[in-house]
Amino acid sequence: MAKQTFADLEARAKAPIPTVDKPTIKVGLSTCGMAAGAEPVFNALNATVKSGGLDWKIARTGCAGMCSMEPLVEVALPGQTAVMYGEVTPEFAGQIVDAIAAGKPLPANGRVPSIAELACIAGEPVAEGEAKQYRIVMRNCGVIDPEEIDEYLDRGGYQALAKALSHMTPEDIIDELKTAGLRGRGGAGFPVWMKWLLTRESPGDEHFIVCNADEGDPGAYMDRSVLEGDPHAVLEGMIIGGYVIGARNGIFYIRAEYPLAIQRIEKAIRQAKAAGLLGANILGTDFTFNVEIRLGAGAFVCGEETALIASVEGKRGTPSPRPPYPSVKGLWGQPTMINNVESLANLAQIIQRGGEWFSGIGLGNSKGTKVFAVTGKVKHAGLVEIPMGVTLRQVVEGICGGSATSSPIKAVQTGGPSGGLIPARELDTPITYEHLQKLGSYMGSGGMIVMDETDDLVELSKFYLNFCVDESCGKCAPCRIGGTQMLRLLDKIADGRGTQEDVATIRRLAHAMDRASLCGLGQGAPNPILSALRYFEPEFRDRLVSGKN
Amino acid sequence: MPTQTQLISITVNNLPVEVEQGATILDAARKVSVHIPTLCKHPDLDATAACGICIVRITGSKKMLRACCTPVEPGMDVTTEDPEIIQVRRTVIEMILSKHPNECLTCGRNQNCELQTIAADFGMRDVTLDSIVPDLPIDSTTRAIVLDPRKCITCGRCIQVCQQMQDVWALSFLERGIDTRIAPAGDIDLADSPCVRCGQCSAHCPTGAIVEFDNTQEVWDKLLDPDAYCVAQLAPAVRVAIGEAFGFPVGTNLTGQTYAALRRMGFNAVFDTNFGADLTIMEEAAEFVRRFTTAGSTLPLITTCCPSWVDFMEKFHNDMIPHFSSCKSPQAMVGALAKTYYAEKMGLDPAKVYVVSIMPCTAKKFEIIRSKEMNSSGYQDVDVSLTTRELARMIKQSGIHFRGIPEEQPDHILGAYTGAGTIFGATGGVMEAALRTAHYLITGSNPTRVDVQATRGLDGVKEGRVNVAGNEVRFAVAHGLGNVETVLTRVREAREAGTEPPYHFIEVMACPGGCVGGGGQPYGVTDHLREKRAAGLYQEDQSGLWRCSHDNPYIQELYRDFLGEPLGEKSEQLLHTTYTPRPTYRR
Repeated sequence: MAKQTFADLEARAKAPIPTVDKPTIKVGLSTCGMAAGAEPVFNALNATVKSGGLDWKIARTGCAGMCSMEPLVEVALPGQTAVMYGEVTPEFAGQIVDAIAAGKPLPANGRVPSIAELACIAGEPVAEGEAKQYRIVMRNCGVIDPEEIDEYLDRGGYQALAKALSHMTPEDIIDELKTAGLRGRGGAGFPVWMKWLLTRESPGDEHFIVCNADEGDPGAYMDRSVLEGDPHAVLEGMIIGGYVIGARNGIFYIRAEYPLAIQRIEKAIRQAKAAGLLGANILGTDFTFNVEIRLGAGAFVCGEETALIASVEGKRGTPSPRPPYPSVKGLWGQPTMINNVESLANLAQIIQRGGEWFSGIGLGNSKGTKVFAVTGKVKHAGLVEIPMGVTLRQVVEGICGGSATSSPIKAVQTGGPSGGLIPARELDTPITYEHLQKLGSYMGSGGMIVMDETDDLVELSKFYLNFCVDESCGKCAPCRIGGTQMLRLLDKIADGRGTQEDVATIRRLAHAMDRASLCGLGQGAPNPILSALRYFEPEFRDRLVSGKN
Repeated sequence: MPTQTQLISITVNNLPVEVEQGATILDAARKVSVHIPTLCKHPDLDATAACGICIVRITGSKKMLRACCTPVEPGMDVTTEDPEIIQVRRTVIEMILSKHPNECLTCGRNQNCELQTIAADFGMRDVTLDSIVPDLPIDSTTRAIVLDPRKCITCGRCIQVCQQMQDVWALSFLERGIDTRIAPAGDIDLADSPCVRCGQCSAHCPTGAIVEFDNTQEVWDKLLDPDAYCVAQLAPAVRVAIGEAFGFPVGTNLTGQTYAALRRMGFNAVFDTNFGADLTIMEEAAEFVRRFTTAGSTLPLITTCCPSWVDFMEKFHNDMIPHFSSCKSPQAMVGALAKTYYAEKMGLDPAKVYVVSIMPCTAKKFEIIRSKEMNSSGYQDVDVSLTTRELARMIKQSGIHFRGIPEEQPDHILGAYTGAGTIFGATGGVMEAALRTAHYLITGSNPTRVDVQATRGLDGVKEGRVNVAGNEVRFAVAHGLGNVETVLTRVREAREAGTEPPYHFIEVMACPGGCVGGGGQPYGVTDHLREKRAAGLYQEDQSGLWRCSHDNPYIQELYRDFLGEPLGEKSEQLLHTTYTPRPTYRR
């Protein structure tokens, strides 16, 4: 693609989104789709169309969110509403092709809700009926081919960058973010505008922006899907961030276990460079910004900002005390702004549509939407993006269809290994940073695991604690030793050898870990078990040695 | 760049205190005599924030913060003690104890262990947690330093010492979580690693995870052997540090008491390594003057008294071999002479002479076997090298009341020394001593002012120049191996540019502060201690009869009766050595 100019982008903005002019079949080719067998489907479709000499479009797309129904195939015929098929096999794909080729109606079986039926898409007309999701971050996921910058541009891509560079000062953008009220989506919920302002104002030889794509909570894969499904959206957010803080270089820190995300980001970087949207003199301005990728070796703690910086610098990935905060002294000792994938994916939409628009979505101080990876005992596991303020019940029982088993839902876990259990009786709680914290859980990065009555919460507590023990970097004593000792006690209880004293010791260790651990991993590690004890202590008591209860 | 000191006012336990910007809560608390317990923090090193014991409460902050590394902010209201804080600290200590072997009674750090002290201070009486001490092998492959990773509390001090302070990069953390342990990178034996045996890791370790290799038993055995003729030699820096093990004020010079103790322990003769230092100066100053006055000679000359430095150079900077003085260290010179000159003079069979050196150093244990030149007498010149810490223990075992013992004299043949010899124990001392004698060798008279102040003090790199008969001698002194690179880079740059070398003479000592801060000295070293110990040496220099090595009559007698002249044939055979590149991996 030739270098783009402001005029080129303006023309694109005025042009309507291209409509389907020939039979178009999209196959969800993100990791979730591929794991379910989407590649053979995609190959079969391509081979059939090719051998039949058909002038159709067989396209790849990202994750549409209905991961439990993968492989997903969307069929769009000119002038008709697109139809989504789930759990498609290569044979079934053949039937679809045959039907279209023969001019017959599309198969009636295998249909699943289309994206339009599931969700409102930011900036698009509201579909008929009551869609429960609202997609800002995932607006292009499952819609565009993530490997084609043109498709991103067709749907308003890089318009925000053009607006920022042509009409907005960095201060304007920070003000817009302040109005929007966007908070960090990595877990802690720190106001994004403040982080940007602090980094911008910190003196240094150079400023850096880092995209934290070291997603690692068990069961959470929102960031992976966004990187795979709409890499340019994240990249655009990062370029705007670079502009705001005065960075010339940005780093994508992506865990090496995400090869497809890495590949798509690499491709997006190449495309954006070729299009003059990244690199020297972006859009003909004097703003120059480059991005490189650094791979994380899979340590969970490297998602913690100071450990991430150590890892990028080639050091052992262990956290350092804060302050100094990375915004003051980060990568190579320079002011560094670290933003989560989902935070950055919101950026372009906020710039394009305005902070007012964004702050109109959500509840209280929790503005905008949040993507969750809902897994466990629900009928429809997958990614959902909801406006904050929607209740847990609406997500679990509404969007995700409730319990997948005959057993009722017992609890929901949010916040990953630093989060907590929320009992079924609290499901009417709205999802906001504050409400979840009040329940002893935590927003976290977006993992949501649903449990039914058959799930053993002692075992579940062990699972989470074991994760933290495995992932402890070993630097500070409270996390390193406290976690291991707590796990031993929990094992003892699970084996029926525990005593009431052991429960008291667990509480004591948990308290010390929370207070004296160096980073969030150790501080948060006791949360799952503390919340299990808060709501489900009888389950623990029942396991204790009798007579000592 | 001049920095404007801005004072910040905070309160610690309701006590108002003003500290400079950048000070930590720990600094502020100290200023108002509030003791915050710490375990991983060491005054020499950056806070690693590892142990979590120094947590305090800041009004307005939900979290507790570490006092060791949290900079003060204006108006901070700090609480360092309340029931919750104490409970958390106790629990963390209990955690650490649960992963530490209960071997205090047989540990090298018994009664001198920071973990033991904090456990005692907190009145730890019961560890209810399971003991989860890992089964890890002890690494004593260097025969100088013993690594017992079971006793490690993962504070990270040794790693910071090895990597930053000493630039050696032998030690690192391996694995993670509960399996985290200290080990040479690549999990190889310490002897195969870049370790230069400086022992600074052991000097900074809060527990018994890194201690000196103990050679005391073999010395006891020899002392009891009627056939052995045991001689001891006492290094410069030992005399001003050994008192710390017996409750003397830091820096007290206990030379005469130590001689006496050694004799009571059964040594047949007691020498002083300071004599060897004087001898080293005779040879090294001659070597320097020869190079300095002969056009086209390789300059700068670099000192070689420090075995860790020699090892470090052979491993990482062996392009500097032509610059190295061929002089052996004072320890090695005394050893060689004890089994030749002294044995001849006393009519002893050198095979029966057993030389024990008392050194502030763990690397000396390695030096005595480092090359074939260490057997120049026909036997191993020094049979065993003990650290100050080992000697202190032997004195205690001997039933000697060290505080009351009357002073004695050394055996003067290899025992009389000058002030120049004694200051070898401090950084810059070798340079200062050598410059005194070099002046004499060039001009025929002693300098009017023998002190060379520019060599003294604790700055990492010291540079200076002295005028010798109209010639300017430029010198540099570096201590702490991490400071060597700066000096050598300047030498290399000049060499590559073909310009005049920046210095004529360079002194390097591996340990910060020089030998007074050696890896084998009593525990608890800080800059304050280094200064006090060095002051003890400079004081002796100031009060001594002779202040220049060449004025030592016993040295004069040695040359007259035995060696001939400096750099003569016999000197070359007994007092000089060679160097070999020993490249190893880096970083």
